[in-house]
Amino acid sequence: MTAIIDYGVGNLFSLKSSLEFIGESAVVTGDKKIIEDSDRIILPGVGAFGDAIEKLKSARLDAILKEQARDGKPLLGICLGMQLLFTRSYEYGRFDGLGLIPGSIRPLRDIVSGDLDVPHVGWNALHFTDNKGELFKYTENGEYVYFVHSYYAAECGAVTAYTDYSVPVTAAVQSGRVFGAQFHPEKSGGGGLKILKAFCEVTV
Amino acid sequence: MITKRIIPCLDVKDSRVVKGVNFENLRDVSDPVSLAKMYSESGADELVFYDITASGENRALFTDILKKVASVIFIPLTVGGGINGLADFERVLACGADKVSVNSGAIRDPSIVAQAAKRYGSQCVVLSADVKRVGGGYRLLAKGGKEDTGLDAIDWIARCVQNGAGEVVVNSIDTDGVKRGFDLPMLSEVLKVVSVPVIASGGAGCEQDFIELFSKLPRISAGLAASVFHFGQVQIPALKRRMRECGIPSRIIREDLC
Repeated sequence: MTAIIDYGVGNLFSLKSSLEFIGESAVVTGDKKIIEDSDRIILPGVGAFGDAIEKLKSARLDAILKEQARDGKPLLGICLGMQLLFTRSYEYGRFDGLGLIPGSIRPLRDIVSGDLDVPHVGWNALHFTDNKGELFKYTENGEYVYFVHSYYAAECGAVTAYTDYSVPVTAAVQSGRVFGAQFHPEKSGGGGLKILKAFCEVTV
Repeated sequence: MITKRIIPCLDVKDSRVVKGVNFENLRDVSDPVSLAKMYSESGADELVFYDITASGENRALFTDILKKVASVIFIPLTVGGGINGLADFERVLACGADKVSVNSGAIRDPSIVAQAAKRYGSQCVVLSADVKRVGGGYRLLAKGGKEDTGLDAIDWIARCVQNGAGEVVVNSIDTDGVKRGFDLPMLSEVLKVVSVPVIASGGAGCEQDFIELFSKLPRISAGLAASVFHFGQVQIPALKRRMRECGIPSRIIREDLC
């Protein structure tokens, strides 16, 4: 069973449906016991970093997530959920993240060409690094996935895939069994479902 | 490189897709779930659903359909029609919409855009604007193009983006239904004032119209249309191959996908 962390951020309907579509049972929950009993955890999220980390903390989910990750349970952060895994973010201030992936979250506007729109919205291709990790075992280089974001992961040694938006932008990360996807696999058609399937096959 | 999106738009009334859909290989051409599936499999990059139901009681039918679509289609879904406040955002987001398109509702109460962007994030708020040439300027129309608001459309769009709209669908009433191409001069004015993705709507009649759109206005993010797709005048896989041949980045889906 996959626990989808519910902390009042974003639309979890598609994520739950997509897991069920590939034959995985999924529970949207903020309950400590259910999270501890799950086989794997997905941390979703849209909106602003500061808000989201506050919500996680006030629900005491930050400690649970850190503990579960330390125990080796597979954890996947999606979009803002990926960014929350990092050491810190500079979105409207300076905030500490969960610190499960070393690196920081910075504004896309600072690095992308001036004639490109921010947010980066739409389908863009994945380009794997030398270590594409377990998340992409069914995915070919160049697969298109759906992105919506205005901030990106910088100063990170755990990148497994980039996408090209005038400059290379972190698309996915992995450190041990902690995974992050800047894009939305649950909104990336058949290609996205393959990525979720690969995550569901990561064992403790 | 980010690809240019192709977006079919489905008008739904009483749980059926209306506006003359004509597909030979679909058993039930006006079933929103079958149509959405067909478009998703043929490479549509997103889908837009407009709820054109008039009465409140049929709103529930629409959200049922939306749930069914969102349970089997895993590409972004935008929902519009009858969005007049945060309660409407909540209602469609809970049923699987990823983005909510607001048009007349924002004209009645412009604070909706900022409120929704604050609560759900800008990525969730799509401003849809109907634009028509009046007396040498571009005028904003309301109620599906039936009512002249007297507002300057370009100013209105700029203002809504400042207030937090994350994307803009610009529909030209002058070219809508004419099928002789998108309204490039008007779209180019919009591009001058915003730096969020702009989606062109109104006027597509053939593949070449999309090629012209993306070649002449490289900053346009997406092309939206309804009947050219519904009637099969433009087939999405062929359109996307053509776009690639013309050097326009487009997402072509592989056949082996689940």
